[in-house]
Amino acid sequence: MSTEVTDAPSTPRQRVRIQTGEREDLGAREPANGTAPALAGAGQAKPAARETIFDVRDISVSYGASTAIAGVSLKVPRHLITALIGPSGCGKSTFLRCLNRMNDTVPGFGLTGQILYHGNDLYAPRVDPVEVRRRIGMVFQRPNPLPKSIYDNVAWAPRNLGMKANLDERVERALRGAALWEEVKDRLKQSAFGLSGGQQQRLCIARAIAIEPDVLLLDEPASALDPIATASIEELMLNLKHRFTIVIVTHNMQQAARIADRTAFFSLEVSAGKRTGALVEYDETSTIFTRPKDPRTGDYVTGRFG
Amino acid sequence: MSDLESTSEGGTALLDPPDHFDDLFASERLDPARPLTASRQLRRRQIFSRAMESTQTAAALLAVAMLAFVVYSVASRGASVLSFEFLTAGPPAIEETAGGGIGPMIVGTATLVGIATVIAMPIGILAALYMTEFASRRAARLLRMVLDLLFGVPSIVLALFVFELIVAGKSESGFAGSFALAIIMLPLVARASQETLLLVPQGLRDAAAALGVSHWRALRGVVLPSALGGIITGTVLALARAAGESAPLIILSAVFSRTVNFNIFSEATPNIPVYIYKASTAANPYGWARAWGAAFVLLLFILIVNIGARALHARGRRKMAR
Ligand SMILES: Nc1ncnc2c1ncn2[C@@H]1O[C@H](COP(=O)(O)OP(=O)(O)OP(=O)(O)O)[C@@H](O)[C@H]1O
Ligand SMILES: [Mg+2]
Repeated sequence: MSTEVTDAPSTPRQRVRIQTGEREDLGAREPANGTAPALAGAGQAKPAARETIFDVRDISVSYGASTAIAGVSLKVPRHLITALIGPSGCGKSTFLRCLNRMNDTVPGFGLTGQILYHGNDLYAPRVDPVEVRRRIGMVFQRPNPLPKSIYDNVAWAPRNLGMKANLDERVERALRGAALWEEVKDRLKQSAFGLSGGQQQRLCIARAIAIEPDVLLLDEPASALDPIATASIEELMLNLKHRFTIVIVTHNMQQAARIADRTAFFSLEVSAGKRTGALVEYDETSTIFTRPKDPRTGDYVTGRFG
Repeated sequence: MSDLESTSEGGTALLDPPDHFDDLFASERLDPARPLTASRQLRRRQIFSRAMESTQTAAALLAVAMLAFVVYSVASRGASVLSFEFLTAGPPAIEETAGGGIGPMIVGTATLVGIATVIAMPIGILAALYMTEFASRRAARLLRMVLDLLFGVPSIVLALFVFELIVAGKSESGFAGSFALAIIMLPLVARASQETLLLVPQGLRDAAAALGVSHWRALRGVVLPSALGGIITGTVLALARAAGESAPLIILSAVFSRTVNFNIFSEATPNIPVYIYKASTAANPYGWARAWGAAFVLLLFILIVNIGARALHARGRRKMAR
């Protein structure tokens, strides 16, 4: 089952356009040469219809013989936080990792359907996955700092990508962006392993935003953290969404309700003994949590299931 | 409950065991209130496991005793010869006299092993990188098997191969010896490197990949540095093994003079193993003393290198585990 969400505020005209399958003015506002949008564009007035960053069209993913998710379609709008929720094993991580081709190296990985990113097919033959990941950053569930100093953790990718000008400034800005600067500014040369779990996770976020990606994918970034570190990461998300499009996987309903603009609920469908993940409902977060259309969504978000 | 049933068909079987479940396992059921002393069955098992434990301890002690005995017997005969002169001077012009030393052989063995390392290390590391990072599973398995087979080839056979390849029709040379030692080192370096590369956590690779940095740069900047400790340890252990190899050198680099020479391409390089072989098989007690001294030097070198490499490795592991 798949669901599409029209862009709020939705007008009848837009509905019709989507039903006829027409894409929303993609291409017209595509960033020049696909580079990350300038930071200056952040605080503009809310446009009537948001640009679609990801247009996922009926994808199914398999690992070897087993199907992880099937028939998922959804659109991720620009500069919003989209949350993915659902029971364990329903394919949230799988879906997220498809969005920046992190699954490519997984043995047996197979994908059917289409994922359009700014209108370009992510899995077209000539697309370079390294270039994809340069624009679509990712933060993982377990903090995974590089075995380098705090400074080098942030500076490593910019250096390797040829962004060597004003490196100190770039590092500082990234660390400030991740709300970590004040805590680490006097120990930049020390090993990143000396940081606490929450600090390490913010360092990973700083590392991801240092190369100014277009999109930030986060896979349960706060699941290993205490409530205070979690709160600071959530606050961070709300600040970062003005600069990046964010897709976040979370097991925490309150977290999704607090920070996400859109929420997608995935569930496990059992048929013929096989368990396959599917998208049940995708809508405004408030709708998902207060007036879900599907009873399974309601059961899940109120804690009666999963 | 009705909610649960409606959402997960087939899940109920796990919740309700069949009625005869209790009878089925009645004889094996535990009485939790029984005194906490060992049952007869448990006592029997404990006796058996104690017997096994002592056998294993004895075997382990035997291995330790073996090493201690070898070290002691070499040290008791070789240590007395050891002196500054012994480590620096060449053997005396007339072999049937006391004094002199094995300086040129020490320099020569260092040269041979150094060149072998220079050849084997990059090839071994690249082969390991290929196996862990680029090859398909089948290709990696195949290459691993080839390396294990290469490791199993007797060194005397390798020596004949290198003799045909480099020496036949020309003269013996230090390079030929180094080349054979490199073939011996290659599988050791490659397999040790591969094992360390496999230990690099997936999270680190993901971290590098998710930053849009190319595969090779990620390898060079993140994966290789974190595996470097293990790679160096493996190489050093291989080097220690090569330092004591005698069969290839007897065939490829044995007819050497008493002085240091670096003409590795045209002359045999003096080396410790062949010197030990020659001096100990000649009917000359002064040579025997020097042979024991040389054996002691070689043994010390190998022991120190092994222990040092392992200590380094342990430190690297601890650092990686953090
Ligand atoms: N690398 C892999 N190889 C094979 N199967 C995999 C792999 N990764 C995930 N799967 C399978 O795909 C299905 C979906 O897994 P996924 O990790 O996407 O779930 P999830 O929703 O993220 O779960 P969780 O909330 O526990 O993280 C599971 O059945 C899982 O076993
Ligand atoms: Mg997951």
